[in-house]
Amino acid sequence: MRRFAMIAVPYTWLVALFLIPFLIVFKISLSDAALAIPPYAPTMKDGFTALIQGLDFENFVFLTTDDLYYKAYLSSLKIALISTVLTLLVGYPIAYSMARAPEEWRATLMMLVILPFWTSFLIRVYAWIGILSNEGLLNQLLMWLGVISEPLTILNTNIAVYIGIVYTYLPFMILPIYAALDRMDDSLIEAAEDLGCSRMSAFWLVTVPLSKNGIIAGCFLVFIPALGEFVIPSLLGGSGTLMIGKVLFEEFFNNRDWPVASAVAVILLLILIVPIVLFQRNQQKQAEAEG
Amino acid sequence: MKRLSPFNITALTLGFAFLYLPMILLVIYSFNESKLVTVWAGFSTKWYGELLRDQAFLDAAVVTIKVAVLSSTLATVLGTMAAYVLVNGGRFMGRTVFSGMIYAPLVMPEVITGLSLLLLFIGIGLDRGVLTIVLAHTTFAMCYVSVVVSSRLVSFDRSLEEAALDLGCNRFDAFRLVTLPIIAPAVISGWLLAFTLSLDDLVIASFVSGPSSTTLPIKIWSSVRLGVSPEINALSTMMIGIVTIGVISASLISKRNSVRAQKDAQAAERSA
Repeated sequence: MRRFAMIAVPYTWLVALFLIPFLIVFKISLSDAALAIPPYAPTMKDGFTALIQGLDFENFVFLTTDDLYYKAYLSSLKIALISTVLTLLVGYPIAYSMARAPEEWRATLMMLVILPFWTSFLIRVYAWIGILSNEGLLNQLLMWLGVISEPLTILNTNIAVYIGIVYTYLPFMILPIYAALDRMDDSLIEAAEDLGCSRMSAFWLVTVPLSKNGIIAGCFLVFIPALGEFVIPSLLGGSGTLMIGKVLFEEFFNNRDWPVASAVAVILLLILIVPIVLFQRNQQKQAEAEG
Repeated sequence: MKRLSPFNITALTLGFAFLYLPMILLVIYSFNESKLVTVWAGFSTKWYGELLRDQAFLDAAVVTIKVAVLSSTLATVLGTMAAYVLVNGGRFMGRTVFSGMIYAPLVMPEVITGLSLLLLFIGIGLDRGVLTIVLAHTTFAMCYVSVVVSSRLVSFDRSLEEAALDLGCNRFDAFRLVTLPIIAPAVISGWLLAFTLSLDDLVIASFVSGPSSTTLPIKIWSSVRLGVSPEINALSTMMIGIVTIGVISASLISKRNSVRAQKDAQAAERSA
């Protein structure tokens, strides 16, 4: 009886608050816009059974006719991909150096990487507005140094979005790579060097392949959430920054077009399934290799 | 013995400067006299005063903490149950669906979680307010709790629980008296994680909150959209300060505990 309750309580909770809501999104994405308007009126409740009738793919067809959505998906993919590569380039040297640090420093270094993760995401993104704006600290510094004479426009461009994503997701990249490098046996590098490898080629031929799983895990951990990101493009990006999370939010709150917002959500999920499944495979392979 | 090369030292210095400088600058500029946030005009704590007199911020802070305490506690109970079922529950009908539902919210974009929950709440006619935010936060936080707790349960020696069962405990007592104390550190970190996730959440709360239940992130969001404001700098500094103190003291406590556990283990070995 108690075993039944142990299973049933969390199970029911997740079915009611995760599975069913998701099915509702799916259903609304197949229904007509007019039925769901006005969105806040209680008629929505009566209209609910009516919704089941007019199911069709109209909203998905609509998404293909307006190239805003098509562009937003492509540009989200592009931004997520570029920022993942940038995060890897910034994160790998840090993780590598952490793994080379003396034993007694490592716990502190780990804590220093994790600490920002506990502070508010919103605040960490917000901190960059004061740095990147035209009168911001970065421009002040560069002008004082005499590197530039006119302030650079960084805030409200895609560059600011890249900086924001790299900054906020950096711990997700560092931690799995560090975990992989930390397990590595240093004598392998020594062996490679004894056998005539230069330092550089020992790094590329031994260290990088051995940290491959960490790199893959880190890249997925950055790419997947970056794809649906909303806060960073809205705060740091400009009007030209198209990202699907932002489009969904605006479609829902500004245009109040629920069926289209739901269709956007369904397609975003379909795009995410590929990297998520690949990530799961990688994790499983890694677990098997260790187990 | 490993030695840091100049490259390693540069990478660590630049890396940690990148991670910490933005927040340090935010803290420094929260003590700026000037309303113009990028021009330094002398030291002042006046923005802290303004912040503490701002009733809207205080109200939002109360709502946020209420939501965070309720949802993280509920999430910890549900997440621990889910982890226990997944690790020790054996086979049952719909197990694959269950584990899928535990992992899916971890990778689900927040905009989708928020949208789907809002559609549910409107569908069943539930008014948006503190309750709906608590339900939403509990749902995604319980998945994080269950991942944290199950990683501890996997390494847990089940023979201890079996011994308790042999000695006459029923399953529930064995869980309460043997398993729970052993997985307690993971349960506590699960709670802390759930608490910070709830404090931090903007996107899901924006979907499911009502006009009377503005949380702090929503309040911050509506003012930072207009640009940098010294009051928000002050608020951020307070939040960063609280988190830093919390994380450092938690790590000191766990370090002391592990040193003590090590000593106990050594003493036990010697006496054996």
